[in-house]
Amino acid sequence: MADFIQHLINGLAAGTIYALVALGYTMVYGVLKLINFAHGDVMMVGVYIAYATAKQLGRGAQSSLLGVMLIFLVAMGGCALIGFLIERFAYRPLREKPRLTALITAIGISFALSYGFQLDIGFLPGAAPRAFPEIIRPTEWLVIGDRDVVLWNWQVISVLIAVGLMVSLQYLVFKTRFGRAMRAVSYDHRTAALMGIPVDRIIALTFMLGSALAAGAGILYAIKDTAVQPLMGLYVGLKAFVAAVIGGIGHVPGAVVGGLLLGLVEEFVVGYTASTWRDAVAFGFLIIVLLVRPEGLFGRITAEKV
Amino acid sequence: MRFSLPLSILCSALAVAACEKKVAGPDHDQSGGVQGDPAPGNDPPPPAPGADDTILIGEVGSLTGSEASFGISTRNGIELAVNEANLAGGVKGKKLAVRVYDDQGKPEEAANAVTRLISQDKVKVILGEVASSNSLAMAPKAQAAQVPMITPSSTNPKVTEVGDYIFRVCFIDPFQGFVMAKFARENLKLNNVAILKDNKSDYSLGLSEVFNAKFAEMGGKIVSTEAYSKGDTDFRAQLTTIKGSKPEAIYVPGYYTDVGLIARQARELGIKAPLLGGDGWESEKLFELGGSALDGSYFSNHYSADDPNPKVQKFIADYEKAYGARPDSLAALGYDAAKVAIDAMQKATDLSGPAIKEVLAKTTGFEGVAGKITLDAQRNPVKPAIVLQIADGKFKYLTTVNP
Repeated sequence: MADFIQHLINGLAAGTIYALVALGYTMVYGVLKLINFAHGDVMMVGVYIAYATAKQLGRGAQSSLLGVMLIFLVAMGGCALIGFLIERFAYRPLREKPRLTALITAIGISFALSYGFQLDIGFLPGAAPRAFPEIIRPTEWLVIGDRDVVLWNWQVISVLIAVGLMVSLQYLVFKTRFGRAMRAVSYDHRTAALMGIPVDRIIALTFMLGSALAAGAGILYAIKDTAVQPLMGLYVGLKAFVAAVIGGIGHVPGAVVGGLLLGLVEEFVVGYTASTWRDAVAFGFLIIVLLVRPEGLFGRITAEKV
Repeated sequence: MRFSLPLSILCSALAVAACEKKVAGPDHDQSGGVQGDPAPGNDPPPPAPGADDTILIGEVGSLTGSEASFGISTRNGIELAVNEANLAGGVKGKKLAVRVYDDQGKPEEAANAVTRLISQDKVKVILGEVASSNSLAMAPKAQAAQVPMITPSSTNPKVTEVGDYIFRVCFIDPFQGFVMAKFARENLKLNNVAILKDNKSDYSLGLSEVFNAKFAEMGGKIVSTEAYSKGDTDFRAQLTTIKGSKPEAIYVPGYYTDVGLIARQARELGIKAPLLGGDGWESEKLFELGGSALDGSYFSNHYSADDPNPKVQKFIADYEKAYGARPDSLAALGYDAAKVAIDAMQKATDLSGPAIKEVLAKTTGFEGVAGKITLDAQRNPVKPAIVLQIADGKFKYLTTVNP
């Protein structure tokens, strides 16, 4: 039983990260019908920005409330800027080209970021993994038995931050003018433009928002698993993409459910069957969802527009 | 989601294309600088292949990627040995030069790099790799081309089994697994041990297999065996299961990048048992990633900087002068591999592959900085291993275990 509760805690902690990253995929797909494969790498860049900011602040300040907020703000702001630049210079010129062109560009940007960051020139960090500073001082919040189950403060804080970000996003998409414009662009961007919606600006803002979320997710990931290295985004990005598809890509709560589900499935597969089956089950799960419900658990069936 | 399948195919196709492009690019990182302090006296840019006055030695290593410190240490050790040989007049009146290719720690890149060294650069000897999976990708190509290959530190036995052109200067996994099993059973008096292995690494699988067999043979019990895949950063699921089996120690024969995180997460989950491991642990980075979580853990290794042997101390002093860091085992083994290769080229009747191979096979009592090297019929050296303990962010010499 103790094992089960510990697995549940671990699975939720991992799933929260997948969910946050999946949100970025889903939002961009929602407005552009583009799978932004560079998303995981934007997350990685966000982690490095947070790392540099924390180092600048120094040991005391980085774990104060103000310091942590500053780290989040700088990293999310930095990533929003990077998201804007990527959209402006890599995707916008290709908007009227076939979708495949933009997709390949996305993969190109993904490689450029993850391998570029392995260089050791100028501000680039180099390939060696680094330990992310403890910006949330680890404290045990709940210990059951002889440390049979351990719940740490950062696990709870991460989930709270993630839930906060998700709720704000849901509010933004469904309750604000910007959200309405976003949904209009997603529905039909040509008609939206005719209605006077600044399509380019809405798409740019969506990218910035998704990238900022990625940075937030990345920081939580780095707090959880402590290692920072340039290839970290590829793997998390892939898993989050799976989560987004399971939930129904383009669907905000779907991405959250998909992420949590994937985190839990992976955890329990490792915990209760052979640990080598984890990825096979995760991707097998994706295949089953695609076979049975190609639109994902929450997605709506839409006729392909020609 | 109609295009998700073609999409994933495209993805992998692109990944492969990107990899190939990397190797076809210009030489990676001939100059130092990856480790912070630029190394004074780096060798001059290697001359064009086929130049008559130089002998080209090929090297493949992970200069970038997550195990970059392995490749960089090895390269430094090799460079030091080659510079020494050049100062002493070179080999057969010719200067030596090293051509290094980066494989980013990937077997497929290592295979491409070795092909390039053989067919384009026409090197006389190949040195590399550290990781057994990478050496295994290289060895068949070296064997087919009859170019002697010496791996400084690949400990998986299959590497030299590829053929009679493949040598090594380090001990092999069965021995390393045996050393830890013996140490755990006899010195630590443990009965119940769990294993956490990297399923993607020949090295990790080899070590855990032997440890498993030997520890059971000596009367101990393996209470659980869990696995992860290289690149994972969350080991909590495996560790939670291991914790339920109440082991007295966990054998983690992985590389330092994973071990640091595993140690941290084990402590986080309330596991107090020490970790046991192999030579893949050795890196300064281990402490950065693992912190105090590693205190009280043990691992087997090739050499210790505490060795009073003047030859070893001279090597340490020279290395520190050149690279501003203390040499680790991989640097020592890289140095030994290069020394053995240079010695063989010096003694060989000519510089053809078969001639160098003949001399290499007869290596006996060669005084390396990481122990005396005598190659057996399988081209593996027979030499002792040491066990180090981690305390306060340092490796402390504990004991030597003989074969």
